[in-house]
Amino acid sequence: MSALTFTLKETLHQRVDLSPLTPDFLKGKSPAEISAIELACGNRRLRVGELFALSGDDACALVIKNSSSKLDRIGQAMNSGSITVHGDAGAYLGFAMKNGAITVHGNVGAYAASAMINGLLHIRGNADDFLAAAIPGERHGMKGGVVIVTGNVGDRTGDHMRRGQVLIEGNTGDFCASRMLAGTIAVLGTAARFAGLGMKRGALLLNTMPADIPATFNDCGLHHLNYLTLLIKSWQALDSKFALLEPRSRVRRYMGDLANAGKGEILVWQ
Amino acid sequence: MVINGVTIDDTFAEAFGMKATRVIITAHNLKWAYHAATAATGFATSVIACGCEAGIERSLEREETPDGRPGASILLFAVSGKELAKQLERRIGQCVLTSPTSAAFAGISEGEPLPLGKNLRYFGDGFQSSKLIAGKRLWRVPVMDGEFLCEETTGTAKAVGGGNFLILASTQAQALAAGEAAVEAMRKMPNVIMPFPGGVVRSGSKVGSKYKTLMASTNDAFCPTIRGITQSELTEDIDAVLEIVIDGLTDADVRGAMHAGIAAVCELGAKHGVRRITAGNYGGKLGQFHFRLHQIMS
Repeated sequence: MSALTFTLKETLHQRVDLSPLTPDFLKGKSPAEISAIELACGNRRLRVGELFALSGDDACALVIKNSSSKLDRIGQAMNSGSITVHGDAGAYLGFAMKNGAITVHGNVGAYAASAMINGLLHIRGNADDFLAAAIPGERHGMKGGVVIVTGNVGDRTGDHMRRGQVLIEGNTGDFCASRMLAGTIAVLGTAARFAGLGMKRGALLLNTMPADIPATFNDCGLHHLNYLTLLIKSWQALDSKFALLEPRSRVRRYMGDLANAGKGEILVWQ
Repeated sequence: MVINGVTIDDTFAEAFGMKATRVIITAHNLKWAYHAATAATGFATSVIACGCEAGIERSLEREETPDGRPGASILLFAVSGKELAKQLERRIGQCVLTSPTSAAFAGISEGEPLPLGKNLRYFGDGFQSSKLIAGKRLWRVPVMDGEFLCEETTGTAKAVGGGNFLILASTQAQALAAGEAAVEAMRKMPNVIMPFPGGVVRSGSKVGSKYKTLMASTNDAFCPTIRGITQSELTEDIDAVLEIVIDGLTDADVRGAMHAGIAAVCELGAKHGVRRITAGNYGGKLGQFHFRLHQIMS
């Protein structure tokens, strides 16, 4: 069996909702049935066959080739299997994803991993704003699983994040971990302004001092935190720079945001 | 059966089903891991009055522990899951949480989960926090030397308690030397503990007493100083008897430990004053596990 491959036939002018194309939904369907699935595109509905050339037959491993930043909601609510995207992906990548793995060989749009519950989302490019953040009206952003970003991320990463781990090999935009409720965001690059603003609980782990620390965070000093050893150990199986980190547990700990419960922590590795 | 001049009685040890758990205790160095582990397994020789039976299973190298620090694994055995949970919480709370640099992790992942840090976290008075790492929830409780890191729960196993054998020797010193040799050999075996002091017990007991309030009393048949006035099991050449009690996670573990211990005693042999090996039982009606000495040593 070879991976069920969707090759985009043309340049898109409008956004397309790709949420029906998950391994769970496509399992057991014939190529004709898959080609006939309707996708929302603006105020129209297009059939899969009109947009994509299909090949392969293993619905547990989907591949999207020649992908576009206009393809939204890839892997939404998927529960098993894998999706590999060659090219960029649009907004809401892995939205409410329950399990499985998504790999994107390109950049992704806003709200990737929002409401994600479990699984692995690997972005081998940059991620736009609101990575792992809550969509407007929702109380929680990412709720579990692991997100790896090889490149940089935009603003408001982890806004209202509830659980899980976001591992960023590059730099973050402003307001990283803003209003964070719990979980872990680790950054190997640099964090821009207002990191942790409004943070309630959770951990923002930084390799270097951020551009600034909000005034509502207090310095708790230099410490060895034993749990960091376990955290780094848990990353060893990942295909990421995080897997290569030496065990180190000495950090400077800032706690805040004291304007919002103040149990969050910004940890800066020493 | 006679091995190296030591008579092995044709009898059996009678053991009981118990509930057990394992906890991995780590610390800045092995010394402090052992301080915590020793305290947590203290006063845990017998379920008769201690609530549980517990002991240090073995020391752990850095590579074997979750946080990469030296550690010790301890085993706790109780008659029920409820009692085990109670003892575990008290012992970890009073003896490990309090010990400098310590951390506690689950040593068994299967079975019904028992609270480990689940309730101890409240010591943090609201400053505690948790981390979900590799599917396991860990509690971080701020303490005066940093943080006490403790896994939320540990698993339980159906286990075997009360495996035993008795060493009958010519003198007290010879019985003690044989007991030490047995325990040294048995401590190399996995999944078992010998819960009594130094792994050896001198006050073997029988069920019942002439005093109504006591459910167990001295095993007079094996007490040398009263052999003239009681139905003694001892011949004139035996002046001391010591018992080794073994708790293990499975009957195979207990059997393996008994074999190792008896073999070590027999290696000393009659020339070191060891005369007989026997075992304690209650006629086979109380315990579900019977460890026949001849089968074990054949």
